[in-house]
Amino acid sequence: MKTIYTPTPLVTHADEVRIISKRFRQGAQDIDRYMELDGYKAARKALEMRPDDIINEVKASGLRGRGGAGFATGMKWSFIPKQSEAPKYILINGDESEPATCKDRLLVEYDPHSIIEGVVIAGLAVGAKLGFIYLRGEYRYLLEIMEKAVADAYAKGFLGKKIFGSQHEFNILTQTGAGAYEVGEESALMESLEGKRGLPRLKPPFPAIKGLYGGPTVINNVETIASVPPIILNGGKWYASFGPNDKNGGTRLTCLTGHFNKPGVYELPLGYPAKKMIYDVGGGIPNGRQLKALVPGGSSTFLLTQEEAESATMDYDWFAKRGEFLGSGGVVAIDDQTCMVKVALRIMRFYQHESCGWCIPCREGTDWLKKTLTRFHDGGGVSKDIDQMLYLANNMAGRTFCALGDAAAFPTISIVKKWRQEFENHLDGRPCPFEPASREMALA
Amino acid sequence: MMQYSPALEQRFQKLVAQYPWKRSALIPLLLYAQDEVGHLSDEVISDIARRVELTELEVRNVISYYSLLRTKPAGKYVVQVCTNISCMLRGAEEVFAHCRQRLGVDHKEVTRNGNFSLEEVECIGACSWAPAVQVNYDFHLDVTPEKMDTILDTYEKQTQQ
Repeated sequence: MKTIYTPTPLVTHADEVRIISKRFRQGAQDIDRYMELDGYKAARKALEMRPDDIINEVKASGLRGRGGAGFATGMKWSFIPKQSEAPKYILINGDESEPATCKDRLLVEYDPHSIIEGVVIAGLAVGAKLGFIYLRGEYRYLLEIMEKAVADAYAKGFLGKKIFGSQHEFNILTQTGAGAYEVGEESALMESLEGKRGLPRLKPPFPAIKGLYGGPTVINNVETIASVPPIILNGGKWYASFGPNDKNGGTRLTCLTGHFNKPGVYELPLGYPAKKMIYDVGGGIPNGRQLKALVPGGSSTFLLTQEEAESATMDYDWFAKRGEFLGSGGVVAIDDQTCMVKVALRIMRFYQHESCGWCIPCREGTDWLKKTLTRFHDGGGVSKDIDQMLYLANNMAGRTFCALGDAAAFPTISIVKKWRQEFENHLDGRPCPFEPASREMALA
Repeated sequence: MMQYSPALEQRFQKLVAQYPWKRSALIPLLLYAQDEVGHLSDEVISDIARRVELTELEVRNVISYYSLLRTKPAGKYVVQVCTNISCMLRGAEEVFAHCRQRLGVDHKEVTRNGNFSLEEVECIGACSWAPAVQVNYDFHLDVTPEKMDTILDTYEKQTQQ
């Protein structure tokens, strides 16, 4: 089946710090061009380094998992046992499916070799000989770009039996998914790669000890692994210096979506003030409206009110202090003419659809929440529903095999708590007060 | 015995041989077979089960989990309109409603001439260019009802060729 390739639009802003997006627009899909732009220098450097030194450099960088969980990457690598009878693996998670997140797409599209180079470095660091790059099934055109890049790297001898003329062997296989949000969860991802339904595994054992095919496995997000080559090339300290402290190092691709005047994917340093992100980088809210709510990093995160959003800084610490999450980089601006009951319903419809059904709190919780929110938005809500929804969501959080249950609970809890008045405005059969306005916005 | 194109047959053989466990080839095999055949027929399922040394039941168990895999024929062009949060906020519901009206079918239905299927889908990772629509594997970004007409016209023309 032929796919029509239309390049994804790119945007720029003066405050961007271009570390992983520096090769965008430069023709870096071509391996020779990639090498002219400092490509594969970090992998060559890593070949001369001791594995522990590679890991220490990544630790010093303050790089944390960009898929959403924010786990320290160097730490994750250090959990892989030095000696292992079972082969070790590197698995790259390109199942990008968290609503509002559209950054890994750009890395694969415009700089696929940076991912390959990162995988090779991770392999050298932990002693793995095989890496997998798993892309979601919808990203077929990206899979084609990735497959070509892998083939070109083999042709140059950068992958294979003796990479870069060394004694090291390293291979990469690409893999396609076939449509499932849950597969973005690391243990479900391994199940899917093993040719099974994407159900999460019980942890422990963690993937670092017993992962893919039973071997120790490093699982990193596409953006995380693409951040590794510049760290190795320029040093962990250099990378960390872009963020506010060594726990929040570097930059991340920030996807501005929803009600922004200038939506797009921007590479911003960690700790960037959210207010500037909204009104300067994102150009503010269209049609002279006000910001009502902000999704900070994918629909699984707690939503912020306007006041909270305007005082936030986009780093892990600011959110962690509040018991909340920075998330995946997928930011959604929601204007003051949008119904928050409808937002809660649309988010819940997604989680209900994507719940794998393996464990009961998530399967039943998402289903009942969707039913309640649907009835509520249709004007059939009763006042006890409001607390019932909070009760359901609170009982789902932390009680499921994987984070999907939390992901469904967190936005719901924050919306019901912070915009409770909007729920009360829907009671007694009253029609949604925002419906005509939302429609007008959509058609504008 | 299923007959695929020589290119696909070659790809299948490479896939089945390349993983530490044969079964890892299952999902790519299913998706690529579907791309060529149109859907996962009983024949295809039985053929793929044999290739990866699984029972047909095990293969069906996997198929039913993944939203892109289907055991029934779809339209030649599968129009997938994302209405998840970022797309919804920028008019995706109107785009979906427009598709329903123009194609005369609802979610997961096929037009009578077999040219189009319509689906309301979850996030397809094109959120900064919302609303986004995918037709088969082609992405269409910043879609409006008017733009949707042009897109559908283009595919309609291709069906006549």
